[in-house]
Amino acid sequence: MILVLVGAVMVLPLAYAVLSGFKSTDELSTNPFGLPEHWLTGNYTQILGSGDFWKLLGNSTLIAVATTVLVVAVSALAAFSFARFAFRGREVLFTVFTTGLMFPFAVAALPLFLLLRSLGLLDNPLGVILPQAAFGLPMTIIILRGFFRQIPGELEEAATLDGCSPFGFFWRVLLPMARPALGTVSVLAVVTSWNNFFLPLLVFTDNTWWTLPIGVQQFQGQYSAEYARVFAYLVLAMVPALAFYSVAERQLIGGLTAGATKG
Amino acid sequence: MTSTFLPDKRSGPDVALPPPTADAARGRARRRRLHWLTAVGFQLPALVLFIVLVLLPILFALYAAFFRWGGFGMPSDYTGTDNFTRLFQDPVFLGDLWRCLVLVGLSLALQLPFALAMGVLLNQRLRGRAAYRMLFFAPYVLSEAITGVLFSMVFAPDDGLADHILGGIGLGGVGGEWFADPSSVMATLFLVMTWKYFGFHMMLYLAGLQSIPAELTEAALIDGAGPWQRFRNVTLPLLAPTLRISVFLSVIGSIQLFDLVWVVTQGGPDHHSETMAVTMFQYGFKRYQVGYASAISVVMFGICLVFALTYQRFVLRRDLEGATTTMRGDGT
Repeated sequence: MILVLVGAVMVLPLAYAVLSGFKSTDELSTNPFGLPEHWLTGNYTQILGSGDFWKLLGNSTLIAVATTVLVVAVSALAAFSFARFAFRGREVLFTVFTTGLMFPFAVAALPLFLLLRSLGLLDNPLGVILPQAAFGLPMTIIILRGFFRQIPGELEEAATLDGCSPFGFFWRVLLPMARPALGTVSVLAVVTSWNNFFLPLLVFTDNTWWTLPIGVQQFQGQYSAEYARVFAYLVLAMVPALAFYSVAERQLIGGLTAGATKG
Repeated sequence: MTSTFLPDKRSGPDVALPPPTADAARGRARRRRLHWLTAVGFQLPALVLFIVLVLLPILFALYAAFFRWGGFGMPSDYTGTDNFTRLFQDPVFLGDLWRCLVLVGLSLALQLPFALAMGVLLNQRLRGRAAYRMLFFAPYVLSEAITGVLFSMVFAPDDGLADHILGGIGLGGVGGEWFADPSSVMATLFLVMTWKYFGFHMMLYLAGLQSIPAELTEAALIDGAGPWQRFRNVTLPLLAPTLRISVFLSVIGSIQLFDLVWVVTQGGPDHHSETMAVTMFQYGFKRYQVGYASAISVVMFGICLVFALTYQRFVLRRDLEGATTTMRGDGT
């Protein structure tokens, strides 16, 4: 009973947005709840028919994929070293990375912006990709390190006896075995990048590289009186994230709980 | 669990113990150095990224906070602690601190207990359990900016969904201004935050609940403990590590709130929903008082640091015992 009520509250805003997208703005004020009198698909098709929405989607995708590849590759190397090597300064280094977990991004936003400006990375996708990867390192390293430690030491001995170099072992044995963990951290990185708003807001001063969250905000500003159109745009902007979630739910939740309990 | 990439412990054909000569000692030292270089070599890419894009900016903010500076060239007009004195006399910033406290308080008093209740409910065998779980967690994957736009429409004054619903159940006068009224703006924002984030905390609790051995609850049942006693004396203590982490994440999240506020209210009406991050953004990117804005960053950093350290020292201590040496720091 309680669940039904909470469930209804959770669904309502989303359902309301979907239905409103099929109405005209006039109908929205006369008939806010009911099913649309006439299912107008115009709001949706208009957005999908213009290139703008697709460009935002492309930008978001490119930035998310690049960030993920970078952060996972670099973190995997570092996590391997933390997990399988004993060397002087290991704990200090690891502590340096883990302290990164408690800095909110906002603390570094301003100097980061100035740094990117002096490097000429404003309005360049790298200006978002590199910092996102850097801020994703702590969590990714912690999760992967925990996973790499569970790989039995005998495997490593066997590989070394067969003449495997440390990197050879990492590349040929460890990474293929760590596929599930790599999947988990990749999903986390994709979602984080996809939803980032603050950094693209700072870095992209013109609309060439805007991502979806920025696009939605701008669209609302532009068509503030045309509620129905804004709703349609919102719904379309949510679809990719929700679709991705329904496919990668397990990895995402696994990653979050692993990160939270081991962080 | 042991690593074979340990210096001088390699079992290979090349490690028959050499005769103890100065020559061999040098060789060993060289091998040890090589080993260290290999280990650190793997760290290098991550270190470079992290130092240049995370640590340096934060250190630079620490430096710039002591200057009057517009953000061009290098800071040169040294003003000592003036920025900080001004900051702690700035009514808007003091309001930010207060609002931050309010959000933390509301989260701990309402959002997390609600998430816990839902987690306990969904931990039972119910029809449609998976569907509810999926639904409650779904908003977490939406961007805060997109969530903000959605709810600015839902709570549109007099014409949004919320007012229509209240009107429909005979509470027509209750709604109204929502985000536009200083007295209700924070509460409304908190509602949106709860809609978006309680599912995340619920998921953490569910993961924790599932790791509680069934025998324990059964034993309590046999001992004649009622549902409340079982929850109070078995579930809650065993869930403590998860709760502590969840509280930590929730507090850090409240301190850095930006996206949602920026999209919905930009801190208005009249600063009544401004957060530290929003104030910092206003001064740094709109008014070009970069030194002053840096001081805000530094205070934010300080608050996070002090909170994290005291929290670790007093609350997480048992969970983290030996966490740097084993991955069994999560109390299992």
